[in-house]
Amino acid sequence: MEHYEFSPLGDSGMIVNMGEEIDRKTLEKVTALSAYLEEHPFDGMTEYVPGFTTVAVFYDPIKIYNQSINEFPYEAVVKTLKQILSKLSTRKQSESRVVDIPVCYGGKFGPDLKEVANHAGLTPEEVVRIHSGTEYMVYMIGFAPGFPYLGGMDERLAVPRRPSPRVSIPVGSVGIGGKQTGVYPIESPGGWQLIGKTPIKLFRPEEDQPSLLRAGDVVRFQPISREEFERLEVGD
Amino acid sequence: MSIEILQPGLSTTIQDSGRNGYQKHGVVVGGAMDPFALRMGNLLVGNEEGAAVIEATLIGPKLLFHEDHLIAISGGDLSPKISGKPVPSWRPVWVKAGSVLAFGHAQKGCRAYVAIAGGIDVPIVMGSRSTYVRAKLGGLEGRALKAGDRIPIGKTNADCFSLDKKGDAPFSTVSWSIGENAIPSYENRSVRTIGGPEFKDFTEESQTRFYEDEFQIAPQSDRMGYRLSGPDLQLKKPKEQISEAVSAGTIQVPPGGSPIILLADRQTTGGYPKIGYVATIDLPILAQKKPGDTLRFQNITVKEAQHALLLRERAINQLKCSIKLMKTGGFKRV
Repeated sequence: MEHYEFSPLGDSGMIVNMGEEIDRKTLEKVTALSAYLEEHPFDGMTEYVPGFTTVAVFYDPIKIYNQSINEFPYEAVVKTLKQILSKLSTRKQSESRVVDIPVCYGGKFGPDLKEVANHAGLTPEEVVRIHSGTEYMVYMIGFAPGFPYLGGMDERLAVPRRPSPRVSIPVGSVGIGGKQTGVYPIESPGGWQLIGKTPIKLFRPEEDQPSLLRAGDVVRFQPISREEFERLEVGD
Repeated sequence: MSIEILQPGLSTTIQDSGRNGYQKHGVVVGGAMDPFALRMGNLLVGNEEGAAVIEATLIGPKLLFHEDHLIAISGGDLSPKISGKPVPSWRPVWVKAGSVLAFGHAQKGCRAYVAIAGGIDVPIVMGSRSTYVRAKLGGLEGRALKAGDRIPIGKTNADCFSLDKKGDAPFSTVSWSIGENAIPSYENRSVRTIGGPEFKDFTEESQTRFYEDEFQIAPQSDRMGYRLSGPDLQLKKPKEQISEAVSAGTIQVPPGGSPIILLADRQTTGGYPKIGYVATIDLPILAQKKPGDTLRFQNITVKEAQHALLLRERAINQLKCSIKLMKTGGFKRV
């Protein structure tokens, strides 16, 4: 069994460290533990939250205490997780799910596309081709409901955030901030450079799985026309 | 059954025990800032402990009761009055139809809770009725309450107090309440704190000052978190930090050197060094602190923090039994 590090996240949570580097191997371990906890939550567990290199496990110390004798909740949870992790190493990894996200680039949906192109020394068309020609890995959902932290953007597209953030960015806006790209799942203020917009909802509070994406997914952006955007938006 | 908002107050929202289980989707937990006051208020009116209540902040609302309701006010003292007469907190109160409950300014603490028998019956979104304003989720249309709002109240649990409901008094109550010693010491300026994973990465000076100096709650503090001013906390050397999950009570330190305590409406993940975690047991004390108040961090272990929680849970269980007993006992008008 591999060695994992445990550390307290306050008195009702625990961080399981699955690796030092943000890479595919660590992500696979994070995804495997998350998938196990999703299917087999242990008694007293409240929820789990996958991170880049960690899985946070939240628990109710009172419930844990009531079902374990002579053990402090933190130690009881470490023990339970060690058992789970020892079983986990033999599990087969499942294939990544691929999610296509249609994006209408430029125009009023992507007011900063030209600026990104100028900064990169490329044409707007080249920016669109590079951005939509890359496969992105979803490392973690966080920051805002349904917001994916994506890995894998072509470094040529890296561009500093806007000097002053916009007060309100429309839902579905696709942006670049530094070396990261992402989609704004809810209307919010933000400083990213906006290059396009998707008619697809990344955050759907009424659904069982409110986040369209989850850690471990592969994302591809597909360029669409203004007409297609409107058709998809109406059909939604 | 509904209660009308005549004046909304400063920031009045519908809150319950929070949206648990959705952090993996990036959805904040939210819920009542003072979980103790939430539980007690609900127990006093015969609700589920985590039922939805009204959370008032600093300047409370003015509420008009269109029907008779059993309520309990808990948490901070925002000087609640009905027809000019002070309404006692931490006990069941029978409010007559047509009465107006008006809060004044904060006398003690920062947040007051109004639990109503039957609970507030707004739609459940992702397992909770809590309002999360930033994403326009839960509560009433996902926003803070405003004048003219009608708050729907659920069916009253049959297991409810039989207070003296006769007479013309705008409200009646009982002669007992939750004892002072069972309520968290809101005035306490010291909060118990567990060392964080990056504590050792701070300079010796910062480590010492963190536990010895006083911090003041800055004006830009809200349900999401409290910004603190005080000693400058700096890392020995800059450290590459990878974002991961955070908890209620996590104390993170951005490069500026001023710590932030993350609270109910915190984002699910954070990427700043974590110098410590305020123990769950003392979150109610934090919830009742307002901008300008000062606090200190008192170092305890995880074991001590969990032990304190177990002791409080035992005390709450005793309170539950006592409340049950009082239900069958007699009641006096005040």
